[in-house]
Amino acid sequence: MNNPPDISQDPKEYEEYAHGIQKHVRGYLMVGALLLTFTAVTVALSYVDFGTRKANIGIAMLVATLKAGAVAAVFMHLAAEKRLIYRILIFTGFFVLGLFWLIFLAWYDYPVFR
Amino acid sequence: MEIPYTISTRPDTGLWNAKVGIWLFLASEVMLFGGLFSAYIFLRLDAPPGIWPHGLLNVPVGTMNTAILIMSSVTVVLAWASLKMRRYRAYWWYMLATISCGVIFLVVKLAYEWPQKFDHFGAYIKPEALGKYEQYLGNEYAAAKGLPPRLEITGHLHNRAALNDPKIKEYEVALDPLNAEPTNPAMDRPHFFPLPFTDKIATLEKEDVERATMFLPTHSAYFASYFTITGLHGMHVLGGVLVFIYMWLPVSKKLYQRNPEHLANRVEVSGLFWHFVDLIWIFVFPLFYLL
Repeated sequence: MNNPPDISQDPKEYEEYAHGIQKHVRGYLMVGALLLTFTAVTVALSYVDFGTRKANIGIAMLVATLKAGAVAAVFMHLAAEKRLIYRILIFTGFFVLGLFWLIFLAWYDYPVFR
Repeated sequence: MEIPYTISTRPDTGLWNAKVGIWLFLASEVMLFGGLFSAYIFLRLDAPPGIWPHGLLNVPVGTMNTAILIMSSVTVVLAWASLKMRRYRAYWWYMLATISCGVIFLVVKLAYEWPQKFDHFGAYIKPEALGKYEQYLGNEYAAAKGLPPRLEITGHLHNRAALNDPKIKEYEVALDPLNAEPTNPAMDRPHFFPLPFTDKIATLEKEDVERATMFLPTHSAYFASYFTITGLHGMHVLGGVLVFIYMWLPVSKKLYQRNPEHLANRVEVSGLFWHFVDLIWIFVFPLFYLL
C-alpha cells in the first residue's frame, strides 16, 4: 500500500484513498476467518487416523504451512513487497533449511532406535 | 539528530529504514526458532517407542489461544489500516483489542496451562517392573492393538512429599483415565476435552520407578522443549504487548498529531513482528498439542 497523499484537504481524494484501504481491510477479515477455519480443520484432522503417525504429522504440517503462508502473504504484505525483502528472506530460507538438513545428517549418525 | 527515512523511502533500498530493520530482525528470529524446532525434531525422532508423550496438553484451551492470537493479528492489521485512513479513534480501539488478546493469551498460558502441568505427576516404570503394573499400563492390550508401549503412569500425586523425602518409599497416585482403564478402547487415543483424574489410587513403589517428576522441563525431552519453545514464544508475546501499549498511550497520540504516517509505519513494523509471533504459534500448536 502506498503512502497516503497526506491526507487530504480534498474530501473526494480522501474518499477514494480510504476506499482503496477498505478493500484491503475486507481481505484481512477474510484471511482472518480462513485462519480460524483452518485452525478448526487442524484440530479435527488430528483426531482422524491417517494410518501412521508420520502421515498425521505430515498433513498437520501441510495445513500449518498453508496458514503460515496466508499470514506471511497477506498480513505481512509479502505478496507484494520490494525486492530487498525477498532477498533477505531467500538468505534466511537457505540457512534455516541448512540447519534442518544438518539435524537429519546428525540423526543418521546414531541409529539407536531405528 | 533526526532519524532519516522514517517515512520517505531510501533511494537505494526503495524502503523506509525501519522496514528493512524489522525484516533483518525477523530473519534472525527465524534462525533462533529454527534452532529450537530442529532440536525438537531431533529429540522426537530419536525418542524410543512410548517415550514421546501424546495427549498431555489441554487441546480446547490451546485451540482457544490459537484463535485469540489469530484474532489479534487481524486487529493489529486493522489498527494499521485505520491509521492509514487517519481514523485515530478506530486505531485506538483496535490497538486495545490487540493488547487485550495478547494479555489473555499470556494469562491463559501462565496462570492456567503451566500451573496445571506443574500439578500433574508422571512416573516412568523400570523396564523390569512393567509387568507388575500391567493393570495400570495394559501393555499386552496395547501390543495386540499395535499401539506404542506404555512406560509411564500419570495422575495426581497425593503424597507430594514423596518426591523429596527418601524415607517415603512409595508414590500414591490418583490415576489419569488411561491408567485407570488401560484396556478401554476409548482410551486408545487422546480425547479433545481432557478427562479429569479418577478416584482410582495406585501405589507405586519407588524402587520400581525409573524417574518420577511433576510435568516440569525435567520430566522429559517433550516437556523440556515444550516449556522452552512456549516460554520463548511467550516472551515474544510479552514484548509485543509492551510495544503496543506504548503505541496506544497518549504519548503516541502526540506523534500522530505531529506526523501520522510515522506512527502508521511504527505500527506496521511492530505488526510485522506480531504476525511473526502468530506464525510461530501456528506451528507450535499442532506440534505440541495435537501430534
